[in-house]
Amino acid sequence: MSATFTVGLLLLLSLVGYVMGRSRAVTVAGGSIATLHSVPNYYGSYVALWAGLPALVLMLFWMALRGPVMDWLVLDGLSQQQIQGWAQVMLPPNDLQNLLSNIADETAALTETHRQLLLINIKNLAGGQALYVNPAVVESIQPAADHLRNLRNLSDWTLFGAVAAISGGALAFCWARISPTFRARNNVERVVTWLLILCSTIAVFTTIGIVLSLLFESIRFFTKVPLTEFLFGLHWSPQTAIRADQVGSSGSFGAIPLFTGTLLIAFIAMVVAAPVGLMSAIYLSEYAPRRVRSLVKPVLEILAGVPTVVYGFFAILTVAPFIRDLGAVFGIPISSQSALAAGVVMGVMIVPFVSSLADDVINAVPQSLRDGSLGLGATKSETIKQVVIPAALPGIVGALLLAVSRAIGETMIVVMAAGLQAYLTLNPLESVTTVTVQIKSILVGDQEFDSAKTLSVFALGLMLFIVTLVLNVVALRIVQKYREKYD
Amino acid sequence: MDTTTLTKNMEAVSTQPVKVCARDVKVFYGAKRALHGVNVDVYQNEVLALIGPSGCGKSTFLRTLNRMNDTIDICRVEGKILLDGEDIYDPKLDVVQLRARVGMVFQKPNPFPKSIYDNITYGPKLHGLATRKDEFDEIVERSLKRAGLWNEVKDRLQEPGTGLSGGQQQRLCIARAVAVSPEVILMDEPCSALDPIATAHIEELIDELRESFTIAIVTHNMQQAARVSQRTAFFHLGDLVEVGNTEEIFTNPRDERTQGYITGRYG
Amino acid sequence: MTEIAEPMQAAAPVSASFHTGNAAMKRLRSRYAAERRFKIYGILAISFACIMLVILLFTLLKGGVSAFWQTEMRLEVTLDAAIIDPQGTGNPADWDRGALQTLANNAIYKEFPEVEGRVEKRDLRGLISPVAGVFISKILDKDPSLVGQTVQVWIPTSDGVNQILKGGIDRTLPEAQRPISDKQLAWVDKMEASGHLKTAFNSTFFTSSDSNYPELAGLFGAAIGTLLTMSVTLLVSLPVGVAAAVYLEEFAPKNKLTDLIEVNINNLAAVPSIVFGLLGLAVFLNFFGMPRSAPLVGGLVLGLLVMPTIIIASRAALKGVPPSIREAALGMGASRLQAITHHVLPLAMPGIMTGTIIGMAHAVGETAPLLMIGMNAFVTQAPTSLFDSSSVLPVQIFIWADKPERGFVELTSAAILVLLAFLITMNGAAIWLRKKFERRW
Repeated sequence: MSATFTVGLLLLLSLVGYVMGRSRAVTVAGGSIATLHSVPNYYGSYVALWAGLPALVLMLFWMALRGPVMDWLVLDGLSQQQIQGWAQVMLPPNDLQNLLSNIADETAALTETHRQLLLINIKNLAGGQALYVNPAVVESIQPAADHLRNLRNLSDWTLFGAVAAISGGALAFCWARISPTFRARNNVERVVTWLLILCSTIAVFTTIGIVLSLLFESIRFFTKVPLTEFLFGLHWSPQTAIRADQVGSSGSFGAIPLFTGTLLIAFIAMVVAAPVGLMSAIYLSEYAPRRVRSLVKPVLEILAGVPTVVYGFFAILTVAPFIRDLGAVFGIPISSQSALAAGVVMGVMIVPFVSSLADDVINAVPQSLRDGSLGLGATKSETIKQVVIPAALPGIVGALLLAVSRAIGETMIVVMAAGLQAYLTLNPLESVTTVTVQIKSILVGDQEFDSAKTLSVFALGLMLFIVTLVLNVVALRIVQKYREKYD
Repeated sequence: MDTTTLTKNMEAVSTQPVKVCARDVKVFYGAKRALHGVNVDVYQNEVLALIGPSGCGKSTFLRTLNRMNDTIDICRVEGKILLDGEDIYDPKLDVVQLRARVGMVFQKPNPFPKSIYDNITYGPKLHGLATRKDEFDEIVERSLKRAGLWNEVKDRLQEPGTGLSGGQQQRLCIARAVAVSPEVILMDEPCSALDPIATAHIEELIDELRESFTIAIVTHNMQQAARVSQRTAFFHLGDLVEVGNTEEIFTNPRDERTQGYITGRYG
Repeated sequence: MTEIAEPMQAAAPVSASFHTGNAAMKRLRSRYAAERRFKIYGILAISFACIMLVILLFTLLKGGVSAFWQTEMRLEVTLDAAIIDPQGTGNPADWDRGALQTLANNAIYKEFPEVEGRVEKRDLRGLISPVAGVFISKILDKDPSLVGQTVQVWIPTSDGVNQILKGGIDRTLPEAQRPISDKQLAWVDKMEASGHLKTAFNSTFFTSSDSNYPELAGLFGAAIGTLLTMSVTLLVSLPVGVAAAVYLEEFAPKNKLTDLIEVNINNLAAVPSIVFGLLGLAVFLNFFGMPRSAPLVGGLVLGLLVMPTIIIASRAALKGVPPSIREAALGMGASRLQAITHHVLPLAMPGIMTGTIIGMAHAVGETAPLLMIGMNAFVTQAPTSLFDSSSVLPVQIFIWADKPERGFVELTSAAILVLLAFLITMNGAAIWLRKKFERRW
């Protein structure tokens, strides 16, 4: 019994509700539809909505909560012997020692990491993917896997039953309420309006979701690594020892090299994108003959539509080797993952963005100002430089801030073209790494649950979110104020 | 266009030399003809008013005099316009220089989003009329005094020009035009966006400016034309109907269209 | 008219105007020089953008077009029944498919009977694909009766041979810098001279999924993944986005809350995409326990990502419908919702569709958030449901771009060409829609 069946049932009942509601409306009208308060379709929609929605809400809640609840139930059902049996195979000696002493103390036995590992084993076994499970532990956790399978079955059947009951009940109740004086349209419209409101708040919930998830995990990170070390530390190497007995690296999480790397690449990108983007916007809106404009605009649109992964490939395939070879000609050693290459390509990516924003801003400058300047005998470029640009300055600044925010948050180009090692340097010819590169490289690959390394990603994400949010809010505010000025 | 009428009008000229001379000026917007061949002279140190109902082509004509129509892609001008005997549509003639000699004040006050001081010095800086700070100070003071704005703004020259009232803004625009020391000033309904008091200020100002400049002014307001101008030209549907001494036009128009317009039968 | 034109009064003496003086003329010249310079900067900027696009497309075309072709070698393969079907059941399910590679290898040994020795033989079979058995297996699936016969089969060459023959690698390079040795090159030349080699359309590229071998790697799995993911994205973002736009534009009172929502949507449109990936990881995977790498999760994340774009575009489209339409409908006794669903929305539809297509085109090319939720899995089978592990086109490009083999460089470029063609088609459709339904009120 999968969720698909339940969804299917729900759709079916809604459809049936629509047909039944509509036909009952026609029946109670007794041949003259005009006596009905609303047209029959509304009675159908009324029944269908109420047959579908409450059950759907129930189903979504159920699906959202059943995972954590079942995890808890399954682990709770494991005996100490079973946990020990599993741990003896899967855990390194030190951790096992801790676990055994924990069990003896009757404190929480498993750490978060081990809990996740155990759960994955159980789930794989229950899901029929026994080949991913160490055969030596199968015996210990087989009962838990069976338990989980039973729970899943139970959950699915209960859900199916509950959905059928609620949906069917609502259908019958609403169907019975239909009478010629019943205000079906008002009822339907009220529900639809609430749905619209709900949809418009999803954006807010998305933001809340982002903030909460980043904040929650970041706080866990900051319990392991002090905030000051993260914000002001000069050394970043997140490799923590996976096992306590492992020799070597203990991670350090000073994010300053990441911030400087990010800003360096964003700066190079803006050095390319700001003049090129602004000048092309100016040329297109003030000088270009119509034919040129109709030719160049699509070029910029295509550049804007090229996925960033393509720019990344372009950087490693063409631009980085070119820059390196160019340096070799002059006897300058340039890293093949230089900040310069990544920055230049990112600049090319941002050019159309700057250009289209600047184009809007420049076009918003009233023609009367241009006329005033031209009427005094200014040349076109004098008018642009001394009247149009100063008048458009707030808008241009806003556009550039948005572009900076974009450059800081860009991922694929730097993932492919920039380095992984966090060197603290401002030399554009050397390799630097960025916040987004670190997020990607830590998360993609083997993850350790609950380690400072994995959690650091969320702290980095939070920084990224805060910085871009501030930039965006300021930029949008400036642009909006500017628009109002000339509207 | 009735040649005899024109010739008769031309007889009633002042003793001043001709500053601007338009001959058979036709203007096209794409395929549409906006002016059907206009002949008119503007004499030195006079105020010529251009009147007529909306869409009659008076603003279009005014804008041909300093080639502001060049900024409109689809606009084409035929005929001859001479400034001091020099054809301003001669390809060899420089439009930037022309506009320095023939200044313009627009319908809506359009001060630049800069300080009052910078608004005035904008033109002189472009044309290199001054180099030193004290020279600029002097130009600013002289221009603002001429525009009758000096006393109102002398203590806040560094404040933005856009913060002034509408009438003050328009006088600032006039001061800005005067600062370039043009020979001719074109005014395109300079008072249409202003209240009566501000309008009175500007009208007074125009009368004073006549001593140093040649002025052509487009106006909707016939009283204004009567008050400020020495001669008046009446436009109708892209034709120049008649031109003559203002007094004569208003008291004894020769064309019945003119009569109809000034008596308010249409407009 | 002449009588007036001629007796023009003597022009006033050219005044001592500053503007006509020599100094002014000189100044004017330098001002015009500045004007020209400024214009040239503009042209340079435009040219820079255009040249970059040309270089980008040129590199991709140069590197990618050849991937649509694959060199193949004609071999006489003896499909020995004793080897293929050791149990003799005749049931394809019991065949030893691993042995097919040996048969292909045997076939090339037969072409060069003079080659002896383990190392020599290894070099020799290095001419054909190390996964040639898979291709023979496909042939057998089509016609199982071939077992026991000797057939002529076109088998893809190895990556090195493929590149040399297509010119992707210069054959005049020193031996050490080439993927194949001088001896192998001589064998290849011999085969080519005897007509055993041909270049055929690389249909594998469009029909198979990811593989470690370039000659066996294709886009099909990733394309299906993209299709599934985009379906989810569209189903999530379009209805919700349009509903949100309708509420905000048509119903919402102007108050603090709606202001907040509005600011929120504008900001969300500018949040880095990787942050959406982190959201997906923390909420969908870790909290709700949804499967990793699944199109369902990818679709949800991208749905949230493009929703702001769709809301903004839909609001602009709704704003473009004149109020008179609403008033007319309300005046006829329609409710507000009826006025909107019957009249306003249909009129706003072209604008909404244009915005949606542009948003979807953006989502199709999005990579970073999908990496966060594990959609970079190595998937050799096309996904069959929303819960299967899957890849998508841009992620496939990312994976291939990381691989060192020359064949994958070529495949990456080719995959990008396919993706770009797809995106340009989508954007073209958006422009077409906008042009066709553009309406001036």
